[in-house]
Amino acid sequence: MSLSVSKLNSNILIAENRRAAPEFSQKVRVLCWVMTQPKHLKSRTQHIRATWGKRCNIVLYMSSEVSDFPTVGLNVSEGRSQLYWKTIRAFQHIHTHHLDDADWFLKADDDTFVVLENLRYGLSKHNAEEPLYFGRRFTPFIAQGYMSGGAGYVLSKEALRRFVKGFADGLCTHNTETEDVGLGKCMETMKVQMGDSRDVLGRQTFHPYPPDYYLPRQTPRPRPWYLIYEHYQPVEGPGCCSDLAISFHYIDAVQMHTLEYYTYHLRPYGYKYRFKLTTLLSKTLIALALETQWFTRKALVNPNLGCHSFKEERTSVCLIVMCLRIDGKSSFPNI
Amino acid sequence: MMYEGSSFMKGMILGGIFCLVVSFFETFNSGTHSEGHEHLHHHLKPVSKDELEKLSESQMSDWTLQVRVYCLIMVTPKLLVHWATANDTWSKHCDKSVFYTSESSKVLEAVDLQEQDEWARLRKAIRHAYENAGDLRWFFVARPTTFAIIENLKYLVLDKDPSQPFYIGHTEKSGELDYVEYDSGIVLSYETMRRLIEIFKDVDRCPERGNALWKTPEETQLATCLKYSGVFAENGEDAQGKGLFNKKSVSSLISDSMGQNPADVVEACCSDMAITFGGMSQSQIQVLMYGVYRLRPYGHDFHDSLTFLPPKDSDND
Repeated sequence: MSLSVSKLNSNILIAENRRAAPEFSQKVRVLCWVMTQPKHLKSRTQHIRATWGKRCNIVLYMSSEVSDFPTVGLNVSEGRSQLYWKTIRAFQHIHTHHLDDADWFLKADDDTFVVLENLRYGLSKHNAEEPLYFGRRFTPFIAQGYMSGGAGYVLSKEALRRFVKGFADGLCTHNTETEDVGLGKCMETMKVQMGDSRDVLGRQTFHPYPPDYYLPRQTPRPRPWYLIYEHYQPVEGPGCCSDLAISFHYIDAVQMHTLEYYTYHLRPYGYKYRFKLTTLLSKTLIALALETQWFTRKALVNPNLGCHSFKEERTSVCLIVMCLRIDGKSSFPNI
Repeated sequence: MMYEGSSFMKGMILGGIFCLVVSFFETFNSGTHSEGHEHLHHHLKPVSKDELEKLSESQMSDWTLQVRVYCLIMVTPKLLVHWATANDTWSKHCDKSVFYTSESSKVLEAVDLQEQDEWARLRKAIRHAYENAGDLRWFFVARPTTFAIIENLKYLVLDKDPSQPFYIGHTEKSGELDYVEYDSGIVLSYETMRRLIEIFKDVDRCPERGNALWKTPEETQLATCLKYSGVFAENGEDAQGKGLFNKKSVSSLISDSMGQNPADVVEACCSDMAITFGGMSQSQIQVLMYGVYRLRPYGHDFHDSLTFLPPKDSDND
């Protein structure tokens, strides 16, 4: 499988950019759909609506019944055995009604917490017209593996087209109840490529369990049960998780607001985060870039290659980095 | 007999009413009395953003140098897990952190005060810290079951002069006495420490070994000694009046807020610049450490007037 832009030896990345967030939401449009049910609207889904749901370009709450929540009613009944049917119908609905409204399509559970800004940043250097799919990669059952359903996974526009076409043409069928495995099989059949969502330090961004499963330090030990399916070698302790994490799962209502507080509110005044792009670069490169940027007031490099520098004053800097070896797989560009 | 009984009753009732009236007036009097003694800033807030922006570079760097914190962490072997957690997490952000223990542990380093009595131990720790302060001028006393964000503590005291007596935290009342709650951390300025060392010599007003009959908690003993030194407790809050020092855990506070303010849970709950939380388990503290110092949304940048760098040789912040 040949790769285009994603196979780079020099990676173009962004340093501190004040205005990235709002610009990004128009450049990297994400439609989120949340797998939910009538019983959960009050106990779970409302907390998503109160926290991260509003950060999606479009958010759809998919249930067996339509309601004023608002939920989309899929023609499926509730229950674990129906999950893959729900997924299929949900993507078909989105394909019919919203294909042009977004570039990327995220599926999440009603107990998943998602940081949209970090998802957009991760997706920003990838092309939604390519058949790509990102999430937390699991190994078993399928040759190329599949992405954990609970941690959330995201399909490019082309991947969504192929998924729907697969069912339309009979190449993909409802062959399992386990939605993430089922979808993974269809992705493999339709030649959708699996992305690597880890950050440049190899830390995971999508998480199928809450943060307290991964962060506490452990003495070296064989994989605990919740890390058995991992495709990449799991790391326990602080190295488990990226600073720019994208999701956590099995998050109850209290934890949902707690994570919201940690991510968007509580912070140490004046603290310079340890893992910032600029620490990886040589001073000469920064100085050169700043001078050029200041002088030209334009983006240093071709925006198509993923540099999202905007015509702004010296607050935004676009830098060329020669320090990362990309191993030929589609990977997330970030710190 | 009835006649005698009823005048006895009248006497009792009159006496009772008299007592009530007198104590009623007394509370009024002592109310106004303490009003006069009360510090001007009973509610202590950080310097405003506008003020900060007006400052010159040299003033800013002076303040940054001045606002360095000595952490006194009061441990016991029973609290070994939290001791280890504090050692591995927030204490790394103090300019100097010293663990003071009741008895030594083979596993972790600490200044062994060899003292079982908590008040006596606190006194010894304060004395030790004052003698070893070097050029540090702010002191933070906490148990390892408290988690502190030292950068936010520095922000709170940034524009306060440590050669003035400050005694800050979450304030509570014990009768007439305002004291700072131990479980949410106690902030003391250098001048306060100096006055404490002085008043410790006063065996009557600030005894080391208290009444054997009942034990007063160290937090109120401390407040009493400080009161005699002319130092009064102040409640640390943010610009909106939200308390910065909490003895409850984050999830407990969020849970309360979900009950009281369901429409606006996080906004109503806790300050963005909170300094302490308590009652959290070891794994909750590891998650909090990640949540404070690492987890963030790409693109949200802040332009703070101060700069604090990550500590050396640390991987969880």
